[in-house]
Amino acid sequence: MARRPGRLAAAAFLVAMRMALADGIPPGERLSGRVQMGAPLRAMQDDDAANPATLWVLEGEALWNAGTGATGKACADCHGDATMSMKGVAVRQPSFDATAGRPVDLEQRIQRCRAERQGGTPWTFESRELLALTAWVARQSRGLPIAPDEDARMEPFVESGRILYERRQGAVDLACRHCHDLHWGRRLAGNPIPQGHPTAYPLYRLEWQGLGSLQRRLRACMASLRAEPYPYASQELVNLEAYLMRRARGMTWESPGVRP
Amino acid sequence: MATLLLSAPRRVRRGEAFEIKVLVSHVMETGYRRTETGIAIPRDILRLLVCSLNGEEIVRTEIHPAIAANPFFAFWARADRAGTATLTCACTGDGGYTAAASASVEVD
Repeated sequence: MARRPGRLAAAAFLVAMRMALADGIPPGERLSGRVQMGAPLRAMQDDDAANPATLWVLEGEALWNAGTGATGKACADCHGDATMSMKGVAVRQPSFDATAGRPVDLEQRIQRCRAERQGGTPWTFESRELLALTAWVARQSRGLPIAPDEDARMEPFVESGRILYERRQGAVDLACRHCHDLHWGRRLAGNPIPQGHPTAYPLYRLEWQGLGSLQRRLRACMASLRAEPYPYASQELVNLEAYLMRRARGMTWESPGVRP
Repeated sequence: MATLLLSAPRRVRRGEAFEIKVLVSHVMETGYRRTETGIAIPRDILRLLVCSLNGEEIVRTEIHPAIAANPFFAFWARADRAGTATLTCACTGDGGYTAAASASVEVD
């Protein structure tokens, strides 16, 4: 063995630790934010008749079947019955898009399809129509495990997302990982800190009194750090989403959820 | 989009209480908020929810600004006559908002 075996062992240990931490919280310890909610909120989420997100899901179903845009084609004309064709789709977004040469998330896929295949005016991010259709598609994967896109071309973007997740930002000068990896379960301003997994998006947030996307939540978090939030549909947010899905691999998809 | 989502069991037994759930789509502006420039945002809330079973009113709810957006109402009813009962729920609000839904309940 080398004259300084301790140094080699230490380096190997650090590499192993890095690889272990690169995927965030160990698989057996991953918890959805729903376990930190009170029982009444969990009951609200689990009952489709009481979950306010159902209102958006129903509107999304109607949009799926409606022939909007210049071509008059509905989503159903190409994709058929969403309850079958969209099963398993939301749990692997963002996924690599060869035409764009980068990952795109579910909202962007819907926007593109609408613009290119339906000839419709684009729906802006967080618009009611886009949220409704996203909620309808996301709902079809409920109960499935999160299965991020394994395409090798995703790696640089996932890594980019991980760097964003670990980078200190804003006047508060904290990184996502400080709260969501190191201090989850503790309280911030009286509220329990979740691990921050994207298992339930888009979700109905009581604070918003409405349905919102993961990007909305990420932007709100950045604003609370007194950092300039990345714009909607920016590549930074998509990369961050890609990393978060990797970090949540195997967890059960709950979308659309309810959160306080 | 004015929507009232009405959920009730498909079949019930005569004389047995059953739960009715109503979810209404509404932004619910209290009237007490102001824009960033200080201009008051006018009140826009639901005002009344009325539910009837076979034409007979069973629930009348007056709604006030404290109600949450997209509110959820749940209550119990009992059908005393066998056959197909028609449950109707209608909501009215500020600015001429209306939303209604009906459901059939088989009473054994």
